[in-house]
Amino acid sequence: MNVLSVQDARKSYGATPALRGVSLELGEGELLGLLGPNGAGKTTLVRAIAGRVALDGGAIELMGRPLDGGGRGRLGVVPQEIALYPLLTARENLEAFGRLNGIPRGTLAARVAWALDWTGLADRAREPIKRFSGGMKRRLNIACGVLHDPRVILLDEPTVGVDPQSRERIHEMLERLRATGVSLLLTTHQLDEAEGRCDRIVIIDHGQVIAAGTLDELVARTVGHHRDVTLRLDRAPERPIDGFDGGAEGALLRARVDDVGAELPGLLQRVEAAGCAIRDVEVRSPSLQSVFLHLTGRELRE
Amino acid sequence: MIPTLLRIYWTALSRDRVAQAMTFLLPILFFSIFASVFGGRGRNGVSRVPVAIADEARSSTSRRLIRALGQEQSLKLRTTARPAGAARERATAMVRNGDLSVAIVIPPGIDSSLARFDGGGGAITLLSDPSDPVAPQMVGGLLQKVAMTAAPEMMARNGIGEFERFGIPLTAQQHQALDAWLPRMAADSGAASGAAPGDSSLAAGGGFSGLVKIERVEVVGEKRDDAMVSFYAAGIAVMFLLFSASSAGGALLDEIDSGTLDRVLTSNVGMSGLLTGKWIYMTLLGMLQICVMFLWARLAFKLDLFHHLPGFAVMTLVTAATAAGFGLVLATLCRTRQQLGGISTIVILSISAVGGSMFPRFLMSESMQRMGLFTFNAWALDGYIKVFWRNARIVELAPQVGVLLAFMAAFLIAARLLARRWERA
Repeated sequence: MNVLSVQDARKSYGATPALRGVSLELGEGELLGLLGPNGAGKTTLVRAIAGRVALDGGAIELMGRPLDGGGRGRLGVVPQEIALYPLLTARENLEAFGRLNGIPRGTLAARVAWALDWTGLADRAREPIKRFSGGMKRRLNIACGVLHDPRVILLDEPTVGVDPQSRERIHEMLERLRATGVSLLLTTHQLDEAEGRCDRIVIIDHGQVIAAGTLDELVARTVGHHRDVTLRLDRAPERPIDGFDGGAEGALLRARVDDVGAELPGLLQRVEAAGCAIRDVEVRSPSLQSVFLHLTGRELRE
Repeated sequence: MIPTLLRIYWTALSRDRVAQAMTFLLPILFFSIFASVFGGRGRNGVSRVPVAIADEARSSTSRRLIRALGQEQSLKLRTTARPAGAARERATAMVRNGDLSVAIVIPPGIDSSLARFDGGGGAITLLSDPSDPVAPQMVGGLLQKVAMTAAPEMMARNGIGEFERFGIPLTAQQHQALDAWLPRMAADSGAASGAAPGDSSLAAGGGFSGLVKIERVEVVGEKRDDAMVSFYAAGIAVMFLLFSASSAGGALLDEIDSGTLDRVLTSNVGMSGLLTGKWIYMTLLGMLQICVMFLWARLAFKLDLFHHLPGFAVMTLVTAATAAGFGLVLATLCRTRQQLGGISTIVILSISAVGGSMFPRFLMSESMQRMGLFTFNAWALDGYIKVFWRNARIVELAPQVGVLLAFMAAFLIAARLLARRWERA
């Protein structure tokens, strides 16, 4: 069952189109990655779902109901900015956003306690957050968006600017949320993050969805399932070796194989037969990076 | 190196309109306001002091005095109630209500007491408002002047009487000549005063000792010091209230920058709710600020705060609520904190000057006083003055409260309309 559905979303700012008929679905308990270069329309789409941008056309449904300016109680929004009050403590921020999101007085304390535990900030609950590290603020920023127990959560680059440990911590938090059946729509510039954690990926560019599916599906539809093999030798071979692409780049040899188990031993034998010693072997599977490059012609950061 | 730095700074200034306004416009604006206030007073037709006259004498002399006063270009005479018995009460009420700063009561028997050299006889009473220390001095001086010009025959008769008393008595023939001449003198003075209006600015400042005996009665406020303390407490409090309202309103711009506003608007709170919350907070903050100011005035300057609490509470609530609305307008009008800082400084200092926070409005020309009525802080100050100087009842604050509420409604509507740009894009 789809908990969030966007159909043919269109939006222009003056003569500049930002969304040109975007459609996507988010299933129950799913983690959907939304990727696209800067200016592709991701933020406009997220803001439209959050109710902060009025679409020129199209429809958005949440839990099967149209989102026409209201009914967003089951939606949680985690903005990219640290949208917190710096002079308030962690607890006070949580209480404030909890009240603003309509959490009843009777359950607020329990939800705040849950959020402090979930973020690992219980022992810093009484400190003004301006003293917090970037990672701590990020965790609290997420908590303020999910405190009211939404079923669908929009996360706009929730790990931007944090160190690897904090990123891991944040993803652990999100996994715990998913375990409760919550659905997540995640925009990110971290391709490895999308690749390793998202159930499905939607790539948009120039205001349109240019690809959608699981990583395997995207790979199959674009760059294919072959593997890139790179061998580092002790020296450059004296003559070209069969099975490798083009000429040798010094002591490096490159080949593309469809079946690693069947084809790699033969490649290694031919290298040894040519009198070269193999120092290193790298087998690289098709990545989201190559898919993205194939589809957009650009690196994600461009 | 230095030329490069100069070019950077100059280019930045040339592209920053707010900085340009602060650098060039604000000083000119302030110079103009101060020059208009302190340079314009005393010029013909610039500042006319409204004066009520209660004529209890109803004699030819009192009428001549009134006619002569009416010729003075720096006075604006207003009629008082009739019959004569009610005239003094009516004049007192006009001063007490703040309709004018000074009223003249011409007592019965003025014919015999005017221009006496022995200091005897009944005195003309000046009913005055201590809030304006200038007007009674000016009117007193003019009374001395018009006594000379409007009743010269009385001056002559009394002068001759003093001459006979301390010198040599006149002969019967000299008395006959004098009696024949005095009516002509009286007639000429009437014609002269009608034909050649006096220049009051030259005559002002005569003081209270002279040919006309004048008694000054302050009909408002028992303690003059209280009046000035309450004036400056209100004036300074309202001016800084505007600054703090602008600053508190500017928190909106911070929230936009940090994304907090967006987050709040995605919750159950709409823009109207958000602005209402801000407005209430800023109102409470403003009330607290005014209370602190007046409590300090009570502690340090013995202002009689506690006997005026109801009126003070009403004025403080309405003033703070209006200033909060004003702060919201400024915040919603501007796009950045920097812009808000510049614009609010210019606007607040300007309306504080014109509205009377820096110096009393009675010092200003009539046109500037009228201009001041377009600033809401002038009405706020008028309200506080009514409370502390005139002991006004709450119902008597209706004009000030009504205008402030109208300003407040206009500010809130404007702020709400301006804030639409932060709603759904």
